[in-house]
Amino acid sequence: MTTLTEVPETTAARETPARRRRRVDRLPYLLLLPALVVIGVLLLWPLGQVVVMSFHRLDNVRQLRGDREWPWVGLGNYAQILGDPFFWTVLRNTVLFAAANVALTMILGTLVGLLLNRLGRRMAAFVASCVMLAWATPALTGTIVWKWIFDDTSGLVTWAFNALPDGLSQALFGRTDWTGYGWFNSPLLFFAILTLVVVWHSFPFVAVSVLAGLKSVPSELHEAARVDGAGPWRVFWRVTVPLLRPVFGILVVLSTIWDFKVFTQYYVLAGGTQDRPTFMLSVYSYAEAFSPPPKYGLGSAIAVILTLILLVVTGVYVRMVLRQEEDA
Amino acid sequence: MTASSAAATGRPLEGAEPRPAGGGRRTRGGGRRSRTARRVALNGAGLLVALFAAFPVYWMITTSLKPSGEIFSSTPRPLPAEPTLEHYRRILTGNLIPGVTFTDFFLNSALVAVATVLLSALVALLAATAVARFRFKLRTSFLIMLLVVQMIPLEALVIPLFLMIQRLGLYNTLPSLILTYLGFSLPFAVWMLRGFVAAVPKELEEAAAIDGASRAQIFRRILFPLVAPGLVATSIFSFITAWNELIFALTFINRQDRYTLPVAMTFFFGRDDTAWGPVMAASTLFTLPVIVFFLLVQRRMVSGLVAGAVKG
Repeated sequence: MTTLTEVPETTAARETPARRRRRVDRLPYLLLLPALVVIGVLLLWPLGQVVVMSFHRLDNVRQLRGDREWPWVGLGNYAQILGDPFFWTVLRNTVLFAAANVALTMILGTLVGLLLNRLGRRMAAFVASCVMLAWATPALTGTIVWKWIFDDTSGLVTWAFNALPDGLSQALFGRTDWTGYGWFNSPLLFFAILTLVVVWHSFPFVAVSVLAGLKSVPSELHEAARVDGAGPWRVFWRVTVPLLRPVFGILVVLSTIWDFKVFTQYYVLAGGTQDRPTFMLSVYSYAEAFSPPPKYGLGSAIAVILTLILLVVTGVYVRMVLRQEEDA
Repeated sequence: MTASSAAATGRPLEGAEPRPAGGGRRTRGGGRRSRTARRVALNGAGLLVALFAAFPVYWMITTSLKPSGEIFSSTPRPLPAEPTLEHYRRILTGNLIPGVTFTDFFLNSALVAVATVLLSALVALLAATAVARFRFKLRTSFLIMLLVVQMIPLEALVIPLFLMIQRLGLYNTLPSLILTYLGFSLPFAVWMLRGFVAAVPKELEEAAAIDGASRAQIFRRILFPLVAPGLVATSIFSFITAWNELIFALTFINRQDRYTLPVAMTFFFGRDDTAWGPVMAASTLFTLPVIVFFLLVQRRMVSGLVAGAVKG
C-alpha cells in the first residue's frame, strides 16, 4: 500500500529508523499542501464568510470592497426572511420540485437501467449511446434546445398541439389554436417543463449506475430465485433491490443534492431571475443578492439556509460512502 | 461485492409479501412466440428511450442546418430539405456585438477551461499521490473532507466569492473564473486520481528503487507515465466543469468582450425574439467538444461518483 514510504528503506538503508520516519512523515503533508490551500481558500473560507455576511446588512458593493463599514444586524436577516410568507412559498417550491424530480429521475433511471440489462448486446449499446448523449449535453445548451422545442410560434410542441384534431383539442383543453400559447407563463406548467428538462438530463446517470450495479450482481442469485418460482416483479423487489440498496441510497442522495439547487436550467427557461412566483432557494438567494438593489446580507442568509438543508442530506451520504469504503 | 452481499443477507428471499399478478411460474414455460413478443416489446421500449434521450441533440443539429424559412415554417420537417451552413457562417464571421465575435467568446471559455485543467491536474496529482501512497495521521480526515467539500452547494458560495474577487481586484477578469473553477474541480479530481495512483503496481516503484532511482525519478519516470491516462480523464472532467459553468461567469464578468461562451449565449440568444437558426448553430459548436470529451471518460464518472458502491 505504501510504496514510496518503503522506498527509503531500500535506497537509504544506512539512515537510522528515527530519521527515516521523520522524513517519511513530512512528505505526504507537503504533497497535500497545495490542495489544502486551494480547498481552504476557495471553498472553506467562503463557506465561513457567507455565514458572517448573513449577520450583516450589506447593500452596497463598496462594503464588499472594504471601503465602507459592515453594520451588524445579528439574526435580523434571518428574522426578515423567515417572517416573509414569500420565503415559505419559495421553500415549498424547492422541496416539491426536488421531491418530484428525484422520484421521477430514480424511477425512469432504474427502469432504463433494467431495460439496458435485458436488451441484446447491439440494441443495448445503441440505446446506451443515445442515453449518454443526453447526459453529456451541457445543461445550458440542453435547456436552450428544450426552450426551442417549446417555442410559442414554431416550436415542435406548439406544432404538435396545433396538429391535434380541433374537436379533440377543444374538448380536452378548451382551445384549438396554440400559436402564441405561453408555455412558460403559468408556474405549474413552467415547473412541469423544468422537471422534464432536469429529468432528461439526470436520468442517464441513474440508469448507467443501476446498470453497473446489476452487472456486478452474480447472475446465480437471480437464477436461484427464478428456480424457486419467483416472478420478475418479485425477483426485482426481493433480489435486485436489496443487492443494489447501497447504489440506490447514494443515487437518491446525490440527486436530492443536485435537484435542490438547480440554477442553470432555471435561468435559461425563465430567462433570468425576475419571475418571482417560480423562485427556488438558489435562485431566490441569487436574486436578492445581485438584482438591484443588491442585498448581499439577505442573499447570504438564504444561502446559509439552503446549505443547512443540504448539510443534513450530505451527512447521510458521507456515512453511506464511508461504510462502503470500509467494506470494499 | 461485500457491500452487496451484506445487503442481500439483510433481506432474505422468503418474504411474506403475496406474489403479484403476472409473476410466478407462468413466465417460465413461455413458448417461442411469447419470447418473441417480449423481445419486440423490450426493443420497442429501448427505441422510445433512445428517442427521448437523443432527440434534443438531434433537433439542435438539424435546426442549425435548416434555412430560416424551414425553421419557422408551420410544418417542421425531421431533416432539412435544403441543408445550409448559413447560420454557422453568420455565427463565425459576424460580430455578436461591435468588435466581439463568437470566436472571441469561444477563446475566452477555452482559455479559462484550459488554465483550470492544468492547475487542477497538477495540484490533484500531488494530493492523490499523498493519499494513495502514504499512510499518515490525517489521511482519513482528508478523505472525509474531500467528500464533504464536494457536497457544498456552490450556488451558496457566489456571494462570498464575489466578495473575495472584489477584494482581490479580480472583478471583470478571466483569472477570477480560473481561480473559482479550480476550487470546484479539485476535490473530485483528487478523489478520482487517487484510484489511478493506487492502481499502479507498487512493485514497479520498488524495482526502480532497488535500481537506485531517487524518489523524484520514481515519480517522474514511473508513476507519472502510468497515471497519465487517469490524468487525462480527470482533466476532462475539470474541463467540462469550467466550460459549462454559468452562474459565476454571469456574476464575476460584466464586460461584454470578456464574457465566456455560456454567458454570451444567455445574453445574446436567451431573449424572446430568438433567431433559432444561429442559436442552434452556436449551441452545436458549444456542445460538440463536450460530448466528444464526455464520451471518452464517462465510464470513470460512474465509478468516481458512486465510489465503492458498484465495485465488485
